[in-house]
Amino acid sequence: MCGIIGVIDRGRQRMDGSKIKNALSLMDERGSGEGAGYVAYGVFPDFADLYAVHVFFDNIHETKSVVDRELNKWGTIEHQEEVPTYEQQNIRKVHTPWRYFFRPDPSLMPRSITPDDDIVAYLVMRINTSIPGALVFSSGKNIGVFKASGWPEEVADFYRIQDYKGYMWLGHNRYPTNTPGWWGGAHPFNLLNWSVVHNGEITSYGTNRRYIESYGYKCTMFTDTEVVAYLFDHLVRRHGLTPELAVRAMAPPFWDEIDRMPDKEELLNRAIRLAYGPALMNGPFAIVVATHDTMVGFTDRIKLRPLVTGERGDKLYISSEEAAIRVMEPDVENITMPRAGEPVIGRVRT
Amino acid sequence: MTIGSVPTKFRISVDHDQCMLCGRCIENCPYGVFRMENDKIHVNSRQCVACHRCIAMCPRDAIDIEERPVDYRSHPLWTPEVREAIYNQARSGKIILSGMGNAKPYPVIFDSLVLDACQVTNPSIDPLREPMELRTYIGKKPARLDFKRTNGDIELLTNLVPNLQLETPIMIGHMSYGAISLNAQLSLARAVSEVGTFMGTGEGGLHERLYPYQNHMIVQVASGRFGVDINYLERGAAIEIKIGQGAKPGIGGHLPGEKVCADVSCTRMIPLGSDAISPAPHHDIYSIEDLKQLVRGLKEATEWKKPVFVKIAAVHNSAAIAAGIARSGADAVVVDGFRGGTGAAPRVFRDHVGIPVEAAIASVDAKLRSQGIRNEVSLIASGGIRESADVAKIIALGADAVYIGTSALVAMGCRVCGTCYRGLCPWGIATQRPDLVARLDPDVASKNVANLINAWTLELAELMGAAGINSIESLRGNRDRLRGYLLDESIMKVLDIKTVGA
Ligand code: SF4
Ligand code: SF4
Repeated sequence: MCGIIGVIDRGRQRMDGSKIKNALSLMDERGSGEGAGYVAYGVFPDFADLYAVHVFFDNIHETKSVVDRELNKWGTIEHQEEVPTYEQQNIRKVHTPWRYFFRPDPSLMPRSITPDDDIVAYLVMRINTSIPGALVFSSGKNIGVFKASGWPEEVADFYRIQDYKGYMWLGHNRYPTNTPGWWGGAHPFNLLNWSVVHNGEITSYGTNRRYIESYGYKCTMFTDTEVVAYLFDHLVRRHGLTPELAVRAMAPPFWDEIDRMPDKEELLNRAIRLAYGPALMNGPFAIVVATHDTMVGFTDRIKLRPLVTGERGDKLYISSEEAAIRVMEPDVENITMPRAGEPVIGRVRT
Repeated sequence: MTIGSVPTKFRISVDHDQCMLCGRCIENCPYGVFRMENDKIHVNSRQCVACHRCIAMCPRDAIDIEERPVDYRSHPLWTPEVREAIYNQARSGKIILSGMGNAKPYPVIFDSLVLDACQVTNPSIDPLREPMELRTYIGKKPARLDFKRTNGDIELLTNLVPNLQLETPIMIGHMSYGAISLNAQLSLARAVSEVGTFMGTGEGGLHERLYPYQNHMIVQVASGRFGVDINYLERGAAIEIKIGQGAKPGIGGHLPGEKVCADVSCTRMIPLGSDAISPAPHHDIYSIEDLKQLVRGLKEATEWKKPVFVKIAAVHNSAAIAAGIARSGADAVVVDGFRGGTGAAPRVFRDHVGIPVEAAIASVDAKLRSQGIRNEVSLIASGGIRESADVAKIIALGADAVYIGTSALVAMGCRVCGTCYRGLCPWGIATQRPDLVARLDPDVASKNVANLINAWTLELAELMGAAGINSIESLRGNRDRLRGYLLDESIMKVLDIKTVGA
């Protein structure tokens, strides 16, 4: 099942986390109390140009020095701190969440056109695959992921997300069928600026994972959602597709529809399916993906999971349920249900 | 008399109470098993190859065939086949010829793989009610797309090269005119045209009567270059360079002179009645860069309008070879497993050289992925595809599409008797004798073959739907949806699959 929600303020007005906590808790029917999480954009204005690398340490004394060493090899840790947490009755603190504000040294990846991002992406894959007891779960600039095993309201209080202010928030209420109780398995998933919340199951995961891994990404979370973040990173950041075209690759129109399109459009859509066929995602899903300036919601090609959108002023809401949006914004307007595969996109004004 | 005669392979018995002396068995058996004497059917069992033509034709079910009625003392090492091969070669001093695919009882990997289906957490998709896409494009795909954006309008800058558009991932492999009859080729050609897929010509040229179906034919260029001229290349929808074949890796094709009738000799451009023995290597390909030149040459000759495939036999090093081929400019790599059928092959090759297609496809797919070029080239699997489940499994292991051969012949009546090389196929398939060829009616046989492909396509759609997948791209290389049933650790590693229960 799972419940998802996302909100973006196109004028970059920042909101604290209290409303999204209530919205997500409203969807407790969709969860099981074994995982919830939030991501907020714009939460670290003092370190806005540094990568906020968040790590779950199983045993901080044993592994932190290894991670420090790895980071120091590739850049400078400008600031670091334990992520403040507040004891909750039902959350067993099995990890210590830590955050580094990190500045990569671009001269260390001279052949790359985006050396900073490439270094951080490399470090994430490296730490997650080779340092047991350390898991990087958030690595973007000015972005913080707050997740744990528990109900949405407990996780929100555990991190006191009301103390953070962001212009964009995503939330996820989990009903795990895989890896229950594992903090790493809770959503949102994040890589660099990409964050994903996902309701559903990706039946094409085996194909998508092998495709994306052939370009150097490594799936380390034992779940199908992270692949969405990597696909967006690959298609948008590396291949230069717009978010619309990336969604077109992941949930493309059927061949029958493509055959009926006018020539130019037919060619474009056929080319996308041919070039990016292995990125096509199958199975029931509703997904909200965010990057620093954009939020995109879409569903699978036959819409086997719900997705509703609403607006109010500069704010765009995307959620599994209208009721959840109404908790955040009682006077919401333009409630719509996007068609299967059709992206809903909100961008901040530039 | 040192060796003497060996036991007959089959024993025929006729139930004389049932027999109505219609004589159909006599007419139908080209091997001369049956004769009528004194108003009674007599048999010479030693001639029987178990083609079942008599059984199919007898109106009274009066004929029975028993395999190996007299056996040797059983011995696990000295099997009857081994002993008989020795007798045969002790007499002849020659290489033993055989037909059809590998006849050794190696375990079949396909039969130890099981497919997945959805329950509860994700819904299965019903192909009767929802769209289900099996359309497959075979050919080069761009590594990435480039666009030009002019205020909201998106223009594609990348050029797409020609691909074959298949409505189902099932094609029919290369069986030449010569190896099989013109009626057999016509039947296959009509079937693929009807269902929207393709077939190979084999290395036997393209007979005029197949011209109407040329848009569904892949013309083959093999080491003998039989039948190849510019007319031939231009007529094909695609061109395939045959380097090797699963039934006999490392050696060229064999067409016994008995099968080279006037028409076959014209189409192949060889003398009447001559054995058509293709050289083992192409005499202009001694390395991968030579292959690259031939690929380019064929593309130039046909103005870059046709995809060019390269077919290799599945051998130990297929993965690296296929990666080299993918870089040669070829549009598709065909990997033919060691169970692939053939009209005629030396028995020692058919049974002992090469590897199964399941392992070969898995390793080729993995190698191409590790080099980040998997999606740029198509991968076609062939050799021992017997049913729709095999198609689903090999696609999940990484193939784009399959070639079927024997299955299509079986759909036209072939009983897999394995004596194609004798040119007397009683079903009118692997023969050029006009009276036998006339037995195969293309109107009926083409329908049977089309039915088979349609039926498999329906089953494939159901299997995909059950797995919650509505597009073939999402099955391709999706090894997570396969499990190995009592396969050993090492082969599961090659296939990159988990065991059942994991
Ligand atoms: S076909 Fe059957 S019924 Fe006819 S002659 Fe032969 S055995 Fe007898
Ligand atoms: S094609 Fe004819 S000769 Fe060859 S195996 Fe089939 S039935 Fe026998």
